[in-house]
Amino acid sequence: MLKQTPLNALHRALGAKMTDFGGWEMPLHYGSQIEEHHRVRRDAGMFDVSHMLAIDVQGADAQRFLSYLLANNVAKLAVPGKALYSCMLNPAGGVLDDLIAYFFGPERYRLVVNAGTADKDLGWMTELRGRQRFKAELLPRRDLAMLAVQGPQARSRLWAALPGAEPVSAALEPFHVAFHGEIMIARTGYTGEDGFEVLLPAQAGVDLWRALLDAGVAPCGLGARDTLRLEAGMNLYGQDMDESVTPLESGLGWTVDLAGPRDFCGKAALLESRPERRMVGLLLMDRGVLRPHQRVRSSAGEGEISSGTFSPTLSRSIALARVPRAVADGETVMVEVRDKQLAAKVVRPPFVRNGRILV
Amino acid sequence: MSIPSDLKYTATHEWVRRETDGTMTVGITHHAQEQLGDIVFVETPAVGKAFKRDQECGVVESVKAASDIYAPVGGEVTAANAVLRDTPEAINQDPYGAWMFKLRPADPAEWDGLLDAAAYAKVAESEAH
Repeated sequence: MLKQTPLNALHRALGAKMTDFGGWEMPLHYGSQIEEHHRVRRDAGMFDVSHMLAIDVQGADAQRFLSYLLANNVAKLAVPGKALYSCMLNPAGGVLDDLIAYFFGPERYRLVVNAGTADKDLGWMTELRGRQRFKAELLPRRDLAMLAVQGPQARSRLWAALPGAEPVSAALEPFHVAFHGEIMIARTGYTGEDGFEVLLPAQAGVDLWRALLDAGVAPCGLGARDTLRLEAGMNLYGQDMDESVTPLESGLGWTVDLAGPRDFCGKAALLESRPERRMVGLLLMDRGVLRPHQRVRSSAGEGEISSGTFSPTLSRSIALARVPRAVADGETVMVEVRDKQLAAKVVRPPFVRNGRILV
Repeated sequence: MSIPSDLKYTATHEWVRRETDGTMTVGITHHAQEQLGDIVFVETPAVGKAFKRDQECGVVESVKAASDIYAPVGGEVTAANAVLRDTPEAINQDPYGAWMFKLRPADPAEWDGLLDAAAYAKVAESEAH
C-alpha cells in the first residue's frame, strides 16, 4: 500500500498520472511533463512535496548536535531565519542524505529530508544523539503538508493566493525563511528558479493548493521536477549520490566545511580520502537521450552517468556524470548509448538558472 | 482507448497497416505513447535494411524512458518518416498518423499472425490494470 499525501485526491481530480516514488503515490505529470517544465521556467508552477519529511530539532544541545551531524556548519546560520544546504554523512564519509536546515533560534532548527530516506535518517539521528548524549528532541512533522511554488511569477502568485503572506515574505532573501502564523515560507527550491517552499498544516495545504490553482499556478509533477533540477545542476539523492560516495566526488565539496577544529561525522574519513573522480555536466552533441548508468569514455579513463534526461529548455540531452578528475571542462567525451558512441561536451553545471541557458 | 479496427497490432504496441501496394506501414499505438509520455527522440530504421519478425529496428525515447521498436513482420525497410526527426512529439499528438517506417514483407502471410483490434485491446487493458 503506497503512502498518500494530503493532496492525493486533488491530484486525481486534476487527472494526474500517479507513480510510486519511494513508497509514496505521487503525481508524475498532469498531461505533459514538458509543458509543466516550461510553465515553471516562464511563469509559475507548483509541486506537492509533502512526501518529504520535516524534522524539528529542539533543545539545549540542538546546535551542538547538528554541528556534529552535518557536514556543513550550522554555526554559519548566525541570524534566525536563515537556511543551509548540507549532507549528512556516515563515518566513512558516504552520503546518508542531503537536506536543508532552517535556523529559528539556537535551540530550534528544522531539517527537511528526502522521502525515501526519512526513516533511515531518523534512526541515524536518534542513534548519534544517544551515543554523544546530546540534549535535543527530534520531532518528525508528518502533520505538515509541503508545497513548492516555483518560477519567475511564483512569489507574486503566492501573495495573491495567501492573504497576509506578502508582508512577511516580500523582503526574504534567497535561502531565508519567515513565518506567517503557523505557515512557514522559505525562499528555497529545487528548480533553479525563484520561488517559495511552504510548510503548513495538512488542511491548510489543501486550501492553499486550491487557491494557487485559482491564481493561475500550474500543477506540476515529479517528472518536471526532475528535468528542472537537472537543468539547475542539482543532485538527486539515491541517483547522483548515496552512501557509497563522498560529497567530494559528488560535486558537493562546496557544502562540506572542513575548516577549523569542528568535528563532524565523516570528517576524518573525508580528510583522509583522495578523490579520484569528480562530477561534471554533459551536453550531448549528437542526437539521442543520455540516461543513468551509461558509460562515459574520456582521454583519462571511464566514467558513468548518474542522471541523464532530455532538457526541455535546451532541446537536447544533458546529464550529470562522475568521471576521472583529470577530465577537463570543455573536453569531448564519448557516451555509450545502446550500440552507439555519442559525443558529449563536458560542461560546468548548472545548465540553466533563472530562465537563462548558461552552457 | 483508441484502437482503430482497420489496423493490426503487436503485443509490443506497434500498429501495422497493409497498403494497396503490399507494403506495411508501422507506428506505435495510442496506448504506447500515453505510457511513454512526452516523446523527444525517434530513431527509425535505415531504408534498405532487412529485419526478421520481432527484431529490434528502432527506438522511441520519451523524457521518461527509452523503448525499443520491433519489426512486426519480417522484411525490407522501404521508407522512414523523416518528419519525426524534428517533430518526435507528432507521435503523441497523432499516433496513428505519425507512422515510423514502411516494410516490404518477405512473407505476406505474416500479416495473419498479427493481433486484431479486439485482441490488442486485451493486451493494453491488462497492462493498464
